[in-house]
Amino acid sequence: MSGPETYWRTALGDGRFLLQRAPDGTAVFPPRVAVPGSGVGTLEWFEACGRGTVYSLSWINRRAPAEPYNVALIDLDEGARLMSRVEGVDAESLKIGMRVEAFIEGKGEEAILLFRPAEGAA
Amino acid sequence: MSDTFPRGRTAIAGLATFGVGEMPGFSSMELTAQAATLAVTDAGLTFADVDALYICQPDDFFAGLSFAEYLGLRPAYTDNNRTGGSAFMSHMASAALALEAGYIDCALIAYGSNQRSNGGKLATRITSNTWDAPYAPLFPLTSYAIAAARHMHEYGTAREDLAAVALAARAWANTNPEAFARGPLTLEDCLSSRMISTPISVRDCCLVTDGAAAVVMTRTDRARDLPRPPVPLLGAAAATWWNSIAQAPDVTVTAARESGARAMAMAGVTPRDVQTAQLYDAFTINTILFLEDLGFCPKGEGGRFVSDGTIAPGGSLPVNTNGGGLSCCHPGMYGLFAIIEAARQIRGEAANQLPGIDLALAHGNGGTLSSQATVILGSMATL
Repeated sequence: MSGPETYWRTALGDGRFLLQRAPDGTAVFPPRVAVPGSGVGTLEWFEACGRGTVYSLSWINRRAPAEPYNVALIDLDEGARLMSRVEGVDAESLKIGMRVEAFIEGKGEEAILLFRPAEGAA
Repeated sequence: MSDTFPRGRTAIAGLATFGVGEMPGFSSMELTAQAATLAVTDAGLTFADVDALYICQPDDFFAGLSFAEYLGLRPAYTDNNRTGGSAFMSHMASAALALEAGYIDCALIAYGSNQRSNGGKLATRITSNTWDAPYAPLFPLTSYAIAAARHMHEYGTAREDLAAVALAARAWANTNPEAFARGPLTLEDCLSSRMISTPISVRDCCLVTDGAAAVVMTRTDRARDLPRPPVPLLGAAAATWWNSIAQAPDVTVTAARESGARAMAMAGVTPRDVQTAQLYDAFTINTILFLEDLGFCPKGEGGRFVSDGTIAPGGSLPVNTNGGGLSCCHPGMYGLFAIIEAARQIRGEAANQLPGIDLALAHGNGGTLSSQATVILGSMATL
């Protein structure tokens, strides 16, 4: 038995990207103990399909020789939005509206949810 | 839901700023206490008259307790509401209700920080939440960058539009002796400044300064008998829609849409009636978003609205007439400074005094566009 945050992180460490679903079908992230907005009913876990679209982004410049990195908001196909990083792109290729797919880097407590351009994405 | 609010029944009776810019050798508490002393004196009162304390310091989560002790107060009510830079507008709303109810008689609202002299670091320990932190957004800058990037994408807002906000702020600052950043600033300076987190560059960011501010509120009938012109509070509303920018349904629309509409409804005014607006400009995109969300222009038109000088000296809607957080001061949180500039315009004593100001709006922003609060201040003629 654990709270939803620990449950989610444990699943991520095992290579699974979970979301919650409210009774009305709305996808919920970050994981919660109660349905946001109503507190009525229960949230059910399900495995995310992993596909999404870049909603907005920023490239953060660092002192050379460190490379810039991006922070992006991803709209998941199920409807929830989260912050992440898109790998394998540069400032020219990463665009709002780009289709991306999730992958999990690392195992256990080191696991982090990242995205890369979806196959066939421009 | 329609709000009830004691329109005009409470007023700012005294105000002060202290140490705006650089005050090496002073602690945040010392700066704040000095501003509080000046504000209470300005109101023609003493600490013994203060029975409620509203404070939110950057570096002291028990600031209400420390500050009461420091000033030798025993407040009947202490409010440490901490919604970021909007907290001070919320303080005014709470104080107005408590004053009107007769629960308190004299509220002191204060803030101060030695952020610049203390190493130029954000003195607060607030950071990204555990879901966002692994991706290392600059806090809070990248959240505003994400909003700006989306605004550009949806509405064609350009970096030149963001720069126009910075240029207007500097133009106001250049004739305000209290402003920290004065001197020439060109469009080219803005566009060529170092890019930090796209599309936000150095010149899109507020200053890091020292500074403190305080206001004293009483019921208006009492303020009439005090030495300074009362500045009645006509409406005050706060709205919180999220904490992390990742949870914003639309990052180009803030809760200012709600707080502004409610505050203006309480005051019985519309955006057309507002003669000057003091908007919390932590970043240039803020001014654009708040102009839209408060109803001064349609959503998406903010960039064009600012690009033709509308908010600059000589424009039809003077905004941030002290130079704002971008060019006057930004000691960690700016909300109370926006309130004071609005009140000074109504009292007729602003550095860049506008003629015949009877109605001014001050808007505060907290977190990452998360918490918004708006106050409408008037002259006695508006009662």
